[in-house]
Amino acid sequence: MLPRLAALRIEARREIPRGLLYATPLLAVALTVLAGFLLFLAMGYDPGRALYHFFIAPLTSLYGWSELMVKGAPLILIGVGLAIGFRANVWNIGAEGQLTMGAVAGGVVALAFWGEETALTLPLMCVAGIAGGVAYAAVPAFLKTRFGVNEILTSLMLTYVATLFLSTLVYGPLKDPLGFNFPQSRMFGDAALLPVILDGTRLHAGSLVALAVAVAGWVLMSFTIVGFQVRVLGQAPAAARYAGFSAPRIVWFCLLLSGGLAGLAGLFEVAGPIGQLVPVISPGYGFTAIIVAFLGRLHPLGIILSGLLMALSYIGGETAQVMVGLPQAVTGVFQGLLLFFLLASDFLVRYRLRLRPAPAVQPRAQAAE
Amino acid sequence: MTVPQPDAPRLEASGISKRFPGVLANDRIDFAVAPGEIHALLGENGAGKSTLVKIIYGVLHPDAGTLRWNGEAVEIADPHAARALGIGMVFQHFSLFEAMTVLENVSLGLDKAEDRRALAARVREVSQAYGLPLDPERDVYTLSVGERQRIEIVRCLLQNPKLLIMDEPTSVLTPQEVDRLFETLRQLAAEGVSILYISHKLEEIRALCDRATILRGGRVVAECDPRAETARSLAQMMIGTELKTVVRRDAGTTGTVRLAVDGLSVAAEALHGIDLKDISFDVRAGEVFGIAGVAGNGQNELLLALSGERLAGTAAALRIDGEAVGRRDAGERRKLGLCAVPEERNGHGAVPGMTLAENVVLSAHRRMGLLSSIFIRAGAAARFAGEIVKAFDVRTPGTAASAASLSGGNLQKFIVGREILQKPKVLVVSQPTWGVDAGAAAAIHQALADLATEGVAVVVVSQDLDELLAITDRLAVINVGVLSRAMVTRDASVEEVGLLMGGAHGLASEAVAAQAERESSVYVA
Repeated sequence: MLPRLAALRIEARREIPRGLLYATPLLAVALTVLAGFLLFLAMGYDPGRALYHFFIAPLTSLYGWSELMVKGAPLILIGVGLAIGFRANVWNIGAEGQLTMGAVAGGVVALAFWGEETALTLPLMCVAGIAGGVAYAAVPAFLKTRFGVNEILTSLMLTYVATLFLSTLVYGPLKDPLGFNFPQSRMFGDAALLPVILDGTRLHAGSLVALAVAVAGWVLMSFTIVGFQVRVLGQAPAAARYAGFSAPRIVWFCLLLSGGLAGLAGLFEVAGPIGQLVPVISPGYGFTAIIVAFLGRLHPLGIILSGLLMALSYIGGETAQVMVGLPQAVTGVFQGLLLFFLLASDFLVRYRLRLRPAPAVQPRAQAAE
Repeated sequence: MTVPQPDAPRLEASGISKRFPGVLANDRIDFAVAPGEIHALLGENGAGKSTLVKIIYGVLHPDAGTLRWNGEAVEIADPHAARALGIGMVFQHFSLFEAMTVLENVSLGLDKAEDRRALAARVREVSQAYGLPLDPERDVYTLSVGERQRIEIVRCLLQNPKLLIMDEPTSVLTPQEVDRLFETLRQLAAEGVSILYISHKLEEIRALCDRATILRGGRVVAECDPRAETARSLAQMMIGTELKTVVRRDAGTTGTVRLAVDGLSVAAEALHGIDLKDISFDVRAGEVFGIAGVAGNGQNELLLALSGERLAGTAAALRIDGEAVGRRDAGERRKLGLCAVPEERNGHGAVPGMTLAENVVLSAHRRMGLLSSIFIRAGAAARFAGEIVKAFDVRTPGTAASAASLSGGNLQKFIVGREILQKPKVLVVSQPTWGVDAGAAAAIHQALADLATEGVAVVVVSQDLDELLAITDRLAVINVGVLSRAMVTRDASVEEVGLLMGGAHGLASEAVAAQAERESSVYVA
């Protein structure tokens, strides 16, 4: 007979408190701060000072706030697209690659018009940026709908192809002829750059587009039949088929939409803060946006908040590096902690752990048959 | 170590109560089962039968009350403890591994490992002794539902139970299989095994059971000898009000053909699924057409092929009002007037996490004009949902409640209502009253009859033969993906349909011949 130990059981909750579901992101943030506090303490830093420079100091100046938007814009743009796909159970993990291809496509347009830019150059770059991301996301979409290949694998693997492709270009054909052999393109002409909307900062028009996209995403998901189809497919594929919603069409839609937005985000980076094509154009926005999407409860408006929070983790990480001497990895650690706590508290909202006492002793006479 | 007291009941429950959030599922329930007694537990869905049985089998724990086993108070901590006492249970939904053999499945269900060969011998022995033929070496996926149930029963019998709980055991059986099962149960009872028989099929209970405890709203409302009652009086005890009789107009077999199925073949989608083979039938305006069959013989596949969730090979295989639609999807068929109610409610007929108003949009957005360009008219959707709730007496706090929050029967009423109120030209319904209480079932039957009267062609797929015999004009039987010839319901008998349900291919013509013969002999007599 087995020893009678108390067993830990996982039980689904009958009723999931709705308020709690929205409170978990806050709880996760609080736990992340707490874990950060302990971590800094263990590493021998002054935790109060480290946390201040990580979370508060960037928000004490207008410039800090503008940087928050600069870094938040690509996260929001990509996060909204990914979240819509995630709602349909379409897992585009390769936004980083689509971002890169969007930047490449838009950047090539900027360089093609170099020295001869017109008012149409920037819009054309945007179109090219979107098209680059869309085309790159079309590959997993085709493989998924035609052959049933898992889009997580294909989209992720294509990311590395995209980064290498960008390197090939900036080390080769697109290298600035007057750039002392540095692996970077020419600086884009002024008319090929996003207008700065706040003097003395890097805040560019792309931030406004990101906010507009989030609002549009919210309208799409909440009020239109398109968003409805996406949600039905994600929650009950059989019901989607019953309703006559075509799953392949929705898969295409989600991948192309998220790819296009990622491509646009990539273009905004090279036509905004960076101003040229360089081997690395994103500090992992495409991957961080996955966390942003979940932290924002896959809700476009929530994603504005979570995008800004994650942007803070980038900026705060830099500030803390400079001011307190924290290692660079601290940004990644914080983002990881946040995702971990979010998933954990989500789990505990949906399920509960129960200590179950071992069964009482039973007469076992009949069992001895 | 239990000392059996000679006069004590095998199992006695006194004052059993169990509360779930928002509902008192069992309210001070008292009842007792004597040794060798076949005792029926009768009640509508939600009456508390399942909760009570789960308490007896140790799956749930009562908040109050005691269970006595052979006169001695026991606390049953879990199913393992229940089996150790001598309680066996055959669940409505089997837990079998399709890709494994009968023997492997049996041995997985045992509490202690047993030698393979000895076990095989015991399985053969038990299955022969109780008229439950089983080949231990067969793979489960090759077996019929009836045979699968035998595995579950044999698995229980191997543990020499003193109390056998059967949860809705006949819903998946042909009438002949039901007869055989009853013989087995009677034999067990004669040997002193108590049987707790849960069902809502009143005729079966009258045929089989010695006593019946009737539950309503979590309480025991009556205890009786079912043999001394009529099905009608039992039903009234069960639902607490008078039963309405479905009013049927004359069989409308003269209308125009609204749904024509001609040589429909669809390959199975899932592993171990059923291929539909060359299915043909017509349904006319004003007609209710039944499709009978044992579960898992292609009913789901047929429903998907009719609703448009799976496409036929050719356009001409399916016509709605003469228009070939075999290659059109569910949305387009619905636009032409074919509405469908699938068997599975949650996740198929409705999205559990969405509100009732949203679930209306699911299937009614076209026919009820719930869209303006791509925007959903939320107000119109909520109004339509409200109409359904009212017309079909759906018990819900409101149309903003999620589909998951409704009980199975209420959600069924909602889904059936949603399709009926869309004013379809052809309605395909699978298991219209599964899990629905008797009162609501009568209301749904009436609604289907009214629909037919209005000139709609209605197709009802059901495993409940009594239901089909009561409400259809013609019916056909599906067996392993082949549909028998249609017969006029009035002239069909349970035996013939039962033969077709359990029968091999090609039995259809034989059965019809047998019917003709029997009829002529009656005339001669």
